[in-house]
Amino acid sequence: MADEIRYLNPIDIETKQAKYCRFKKHGMKYIDYKDGDFLLKLCNEQGKILPRRLTGTSLKYQRKVSQAVKKARHLALMPYVADMLK
Amino acid sequence: MNRYETVFIVTPVLSEEQAAETVDKFRKFLKGKGAKMKHEEHWGLRKLAYPIQKKTTGFYQLFEYEAQGDAVNLLETEFRRDERVMRFLSTRMDKYHVEYAESRRNKSKEKKPKAETTTA
Repeated sequence: MADEIRYLNPIDIETKQAKYCRFKKHGMKYIDYKDGDFLLKLCNEQGKILPRRLTGTSLKYQRKVSQAVKKARHLALMPYVADMLK
Repeated sequence: MNRYETVFIVTPVLSEEQAAETVDKFRKFLKGKGAKMKHEEHWGLRKLAYPIQKKTTGFYQLFEYEAQGDAVNLLETEFRRDERVMRFLSTRMDKYHVEYAESRRNKSKEKKPKAETTTA
């Protein structure tokens, strides 16, 4: 009777999305240490800088990001250690 | 003449005009050193991400100027001497940074006229 099973919603197979460097893609040449909320996107909840393998940024821009985050931390725009930052 | 950008934090203990007076002191100091002030921003009283010298807020001030290299060192020794300044950071601006700063300024200008038209 119910020979074919119809799923309520289609099962989404884990499609491996290719990671890209957001700085190369949007052509951002400079990462500003002053706007904290953009830098927060590149940190995890504890305020640590996300590694390249998660964000997919290229080495050149990852170095700029880490420099910017460290300057922002020095100016107390971003915390060194935080909990539930987001 | 290189382009530099300095951000510094003044302690919140001072009143508004005392903070403005310290900022003015550094502005005169820079002018005395033959620096050309390109742009200034006053972010006012802001909450710090972590307490500095047991204080949780501070007056942020930004200077963007063109100066000789040694002028910046003298400015920084001045910052270290003045105890009203809690923290400072000077960065040299490369060409991408300069481009970014200009585009940021135009963006803020665009925002302002729009605001005026609505209120008028």
